[in-house]
Amino acid sequence: MAAVPTKDFDRVRTSTRYLVLVLLVVVCFSLATTLQPRALSWSERARSDNVLKVLLGNGRKLFANQFFTEADVYFHSGYYPSIFDRRVQASQSPMVSGHAEHGHGEGEHSEAEEEHEKEMSFLGKPHDWIDAFGRHFFVTQHTHLHGGKEREILPWLKLSAELDPQHVETYTVASYWLRSRLGKVKEAEEFLRDGLRNNPNSPEILFELGRLYKENVHDTNHACNVWELALRRWREAEKANKKPDSFVFEEITVNLGRVEEAAGHLDRAVSYLEMAAKASPHPEDLERQAEAIKKELAARKAKTGPP
Amino acid sequence: MSTVFALSSVVIKELYRRKDFYVLFVLTALITLLMGSVNFFNDPKIADYLKDICLLLIWISALVIAIGTAARQIPAERENRTIFPLLAKPVSRAQVIVGKFTGCWLACGIALLIFYVFFALVAGSREQHWPLLSYFQAFWLQWVMLAIVVAFVIFGSIVFAAPSSNATISLILVVGILLVGRHLNVVALRQTEPVRSMLYLIYYIIPHLEWFDVRDLIIYDHNPVPWVDCGLATLYAAAYVAFFLFSAWLPFRRKTLTV
Repeated sequence: MAAVPTKDFDRVRTSTRYLVLVLLVVVCFSLATTLQPRALSWSERARSDNVLKVLLGNGRKLFANQFFTEADVYFHSGYYPSIFDRRVQASQSPMVSGHAEHGHGEGEHSEAEEEHEKEMSFLGKPHDWIDAFGRHFFVTQHTHLHGGKEREILPWLKLSAELDPQHVETYTVASYWLRSRLGKVKEAEEFLRDGLRNNPNSPEILFELGRLYKENVHDTNHACNVWELALRRWREAEKANKKPDSFVFEEITVNLGRVEEAAGHLDRAVSYLEMAAKASPHPEDLERQAEAIKKELAARKAKTGPP
Repeated sequence: MSTVFALSSVVIKELYRRKDFYVLFVLTALITLLMGSVNFFNDPKIADYLKDICLLLIWISALVIAIGTAARQIPAERENRTIFPLLAKPVSRAQVIVGKFTGCWLACGIALLIFYVFFALVAGSREQHWPLLSYFQAFWLQWVMLAIVVAFVIFGSIVFAAPSSNATISLILVVGILLVGRHLNVVALRQTEPVRSMLYLIYYIIPHLEWFDVRDLIIYDHNPVPWVDCGLATLYAAAYVAFFLFSAWLPFRRKTLTV
């Protein structure tokens, strides 16, 4: 041993260390290849391609509602009641109901606006001088976004949809603002299709998709097909006791009725409007419209004579 | 006055020698730019969410810098025993308090200015308009608010035993005031006596830091606060600063400095 030079001995010792390192790397790699497929089956989280899902798991749904509310805060330009201010039960925000105009007349629309205005006057008179002076430093005017600024609500809606893909309202609200106020029809359709992938049986998303085809693409046939599918989905949900929204049913049938009336299929138009009247809380208008079409149908039959 | 500025220049030097500011600034910039790179429905004009996130990060960073810097000033001098040569200069104890306060406040101002320049660049590049007056007002009000926080923390560093406990308590109080300060009167009205009177008393005593938070006015493009109100708020802050510094000086002038 004395004949072996110290340098050679050190070299062997150093190379052994490196060999051990290489061996450890190989062990890690082999273990990783063995365990990775197993690890994937341990939880859904690891398989997800969504960063938020990986980070938050199912807990992300808790934040989704918060982000949806944040979109509403932005829609009101920061004028929004806090948990300390809210005293009355909030009705539907114009950010949400903006997409739900279905022509029951001006009166009802302004009534809803009045109600919303009353609801948003949550600040009241200042209680003391601190309260009065402090109001110079935060938003105290009730306004809604307009003139293209509506785009500012979109990031929060997108985030909300990422966090809770089963929250259908997020897709329909975002789509309404995208297509009707921002002229982004393609993006609206893509977002609705995303929603439909996550909620394939949603009559709400199908109805909104139909409106997009009717109002923005001007493809009435396509719209009609999508609305018929929406109606089918609504009935399936009702049969399965899932208590679908009757307002959506009314919207679908009213729109189908109008399309059929425009196409000259008056008998079908009447049946759709009668269906809508049954579901509507204010059926008078719809019944009147159905009666008018019935009269027109009778007149047409009288003109053509018996077959 | 020169003694006060000499003392404060040491604190400012400490700010750029320590890593706190750089770490917080890089984090703020990184998160903001990362969020800015996200594409929402192919609309490059969406900017409010970015302003919101950036301003929130600026507020968090500024509070951490202010409380962190102010909390360690006097305890560090006492621990390292550098307070003895400092007082032997001669420098009075009142000058030490005022000098430390001025140093911390100016250091916060420098940090805040850099943060706001970054914010203005990010917001301006997105929106293509530069409401510099609003940005200046937001900067000024936040800086004035930090003066109250710094004065309170310096008072805490005389009263509390350790810098860590002082920093934690101060942070909790400041965040608490920012979140519920404005609503304490409403909460008080819903309570029965004597809780109502106690809450109202707290409401009148606490410095209303939430006044100085005008982020919403910037995010949602509202008009700036009237300058008269801005001036009154500055006077209000000055009164609280004087109160806390005087409260700090009272126990400090007779305090034994050995640890």
